[in-house]
Amino acid sequence: MAFFQRKRRNILPGFGLSMGYTVFYLSAIVIVPLSMVFINTIPMGWEPFFSAVTTPRVLASYRVSFSTALFAAVFDAVAGLLTAWVLVRYRFPGKQFLDALVDLPFALPTAVAGICFATLYSPVGWLGKSLTSWGLTIINTPTGIIIALIFIGFPFVVRTIQPVLEELEPEIEEAAHCLGATRLQTFSKILLPHLFPALLTGATLAFARGIGEYGSVIFIAGNLPMKTEIAPLMIMSKLDQFDYNGASAVALVLLLISFSMLLLLNAVQEWQQKEYR
Amino acid sequence: MSFEWTKKITLFASLVLASGLPGSVAEAAGSTTLLNVSYDPTRELYQSENAAFTQYWQKKTGQTVKIDQSHGGSGKQARAVIDGLEADVVTLALAYDIDAISDSKLLPANWQQRLANNSTPYTSTIVFVVRKGNPKQIKNWDDLVKPGVSVITPNPKTSGGARWNYLAAWGYKQKQTGSAAQAKNFIKALYKNVPVLDTGARGSTLTFAQRGLGDVLLAWENEAHLILKEFGTDQFEIIAPPVSILAEPPVAIVDKNVDKHGTRKLAEAYLNFLYTPEAQEIIAKNSYRPRNPAALKKYAANFPKIKLFTLGEVFGNWRSAQKTHFNDGGVFDQIYTP
Amino acid sequence: MHPPKRTPGNPAPKTLSDPKPVQIVLIGLTFLFFTGFIFLPLSLVFSQAFQKGWEFYLECIREPYAVEAVKLTLLTVSVVVPLNAFFGLAAAWAITKFNFRGKAALKTLLDLPFAVSPVVAGLIFVLLVGSRTPFGSWLGEHGIKIIFSTPGIIIATLFVTFPFVARELIPLMEAQGRDEEEAALTLGAKGWQIFAKITLPNIKWGLLYGMILCSARSIGEFGAVSVVSGHIRGQTNTIPLHVEILYSEYNFTASFAVASLLVFLALITIVLKSAMEHQFKKTA
Repeated sequence: MAFFQRKRRNILPGFGLSMGYTVFYLSAIVIVPLSMVFINTIPMGWEPFFSAVTTPRVLASYRVSFSTALFAAVFDAVAGLLTAWVLVRYRFPGKQFLDALVDLPFALPTAVAGICFATLYSPVGWLGKSLTSWGLTIINTPTGIIIALIFIGFPFVVRTIQPVLEELEPEIEEAAHCLGATRLQTFSKILLPHLFPALLTGATLAFARGIGEYGSVIFIAGNLPMKTEIAPLMIMSKLDQFDYNGASAVALVLLLISFSMLLLLNAVQEWQQKEYR
Repeated sequence: MSFEWTKKITLFASLVLASGLPGSVAEAAGSTTLLNVSYDPTRELYQSENAAFTQYWQKKTGQTVKIDQSHGGSGKQARAVIDGLEADVVTLALAYDIDAISDSKLLPANWQQRLANNSTPYTSTIVFVVRKGNPKQIKNWDDLVKPGVSVITPNPKTSGGARWNYLAAWGYKQKQTGSAAQAKNFIKALYKNVPVLDTGARGSTLTFAQRGLGDVLLAWENEAHLILKEFGTDQFEIIAPPVSILAEPPVAIVDKNVDKHGTRKLAEAYLNFLYTPEAQEIIAKNSYRPRNPAALKKYAANFPKIKLFTLGEVFGNWRSAQKTHFNDGGVFDQIYTP
Repeated sequence: MHPPKRTPGNPAPKTLSDPKPVQIVLIGLTFLFFTGFIFLPLSLVFSQAFQKGWEFYLECIREPYAVEAVKLTLLTVSVVVPLNAFFGLAAAWAITKFNFRGKAALKTLLDLPFAVSPVVAGLIFVLLVGSRTPFGSWLGEHGIKIIFSTPGIIIATLFVTFPFVARELIPLMEAQGRDEEEAALTLGAKGWQIFAKITLPNIKWGLLYGMILCSARSIGEFGAVSVVSGHIRGQTNTIPLHVEILYSEYNFTASFAVASLLVFLALITIVLKSAMEHQFKKTA
């Protein structure tokens, strides 16, 4: 608790209680369980750990996971910004409905999503049929993985941009308008920089989620070693060899990467907030 | 107003709690329940076997038993049992997975000697499923490595059935040429023709049958018959290669769990029941090869003559096969390393 | 991620609206995206679910195992959501009403479950309370079953949906500051009074929306739950797991029928949310 000490006196009550409960619950549900990944890699020793997480196949799987998650996050950033913009700024029939459906990827089990996409894009599926006749294959390629990840990460971007866009003060835009700026200029010079932190947060969350995603991806990825095998699948296949330590090792690497990404993100946000004040 | 909401939610929650809890409590009680933890393709088989056993046991003892089933990838299921899934009996795809359970002291190391026929009441083998009319003329293992043939088989790292497929192909080549090096090249060429490695046997079936990928599916014989039944004989046909592997999916009692539950007698009776003529006939009906000669004869039409070699003949035992071929850095990894 | 400040029926001032053609193009693009990524999968689910007619659909969702799965899922949700909501309130109070060292780190830790692979989320509980571990075997000896039974499923779901409410409340409470609470305090109000009379009414929509997201995610969680469930039919199968089982039994229609239940649950969420917003407009 010493770490989370209050900096300055505050007259509001309940710090000890709420902080204590927060730390307790956080430890019980998140920190203690997550530390198991770390604890299980200790008996391995440094050398075996390092070689377990750097075999060519594992390295290739990081590459697949990272590149597809990155593509998906960038796509989500664009599509999410568009969706948030349209939902906040415009009025059109079916808007409420669209707004509500944004959360669907949270609610639909990832396996169902995976099955749906695999069925849609299979050579006999609704979309796959015409794509195949044009010579395009989606299923069992990195593109398939990206499609699944776009679906999974989409709500994160929309739901982080939406509130910021809603609270944007109209005065700024009006001022720009009065000074003769075109809409495009206003957007790129004023709105976009303002929305950027939220966009970055949303995209980073989508990215982090994409790296770890398993359920929806395995149905559409093809899982070919060195080509379309994702990092979480490496954890699974190590587990199926009863190699708990090896699985923990790969899990630890993924965990450290996600954690440092989030940490960096929060640091950027802190810094941004200070800039604005 | 917010409190009205919270009240409603609390009410709803308590209703759900009230409706959900008693059920699970009641089920936990009593020692006439068995949990059979099995691999993926046996769902239909154990559905029938469990019904038959329940009737048999009722008639014999007057007791009503309930058999719970859990299905999944063989390795995953073994791991669940190791991690505390309290299976009374395990019926898995390969002996290695039960060996792993015995490594964590849940059952003795000599488990495979406790029941007849290596503790495998039924066997199976690996066959090919092709699209109707066999457009690519796939008849034998060598046809699988031809250019332009697309082969569907699951990932041997995550699927027990996939390991049998792999070992069947390897064994065929090694027996034919007598050389492990040639077998390795053959396997390498074979997996070059594999466009997708699903994580489980059922996943591969769906890829092949429902999503229309691939020219040939390597499958358990029982699974092949099921595909024809589920997806129609007008779409697919089964090709039996002249040589294949004798796949022996073993069964075992998990001693530690049956002693804890007091279900040893019941569990033993259940596994022994699988060897009875009645159960053997169900086995044959589900297209597994029965041990009982009478049942085998009766359903001979379902089981074409294939020259079957055992795992022991070519690979020694499961532990060494696993170590050489499927563990990290093993042959399967090597063939994908450039 | 909190409900609109500006109510839906109150669009931006005239000077700010884009020209009609731009609007039409952007709305069109959004619909295009939704068609590819949301509508098509949805209509696939429904077309498959009703492939064999309404009767068969009803039969599928009334089947005892399906009912058990629904019960288990609802039980899980009804435990997970209040716990995480309560935690979200405590965490948001601590983080937004006070300044302390390590705040940024704490906030990062709150987000962590979003970024953890569901596979890892399941694995950690197996590593923590699986019977291979000393703790797990101690539990086993005392007849306490966590993993491969309902408690394990609940804990894994708690982990996965952990950040939703807190993440919803923190920005909201940060924006609202602490002036109102401090004023109430100087007027002699007690801690709990302040919370119930001032803070809670201010954040109730955010709280409710967070809870809705949390329940949506706990209904749909597949990866982590699949690792800790044990897949015993009628006992430890949640709806998503039951969908997967039916699918791998080649019962496609039944599988999509049960999956459509999940979509219906999501639709109920939608109705709830619109009702909330409606209410919000009335009170505003």
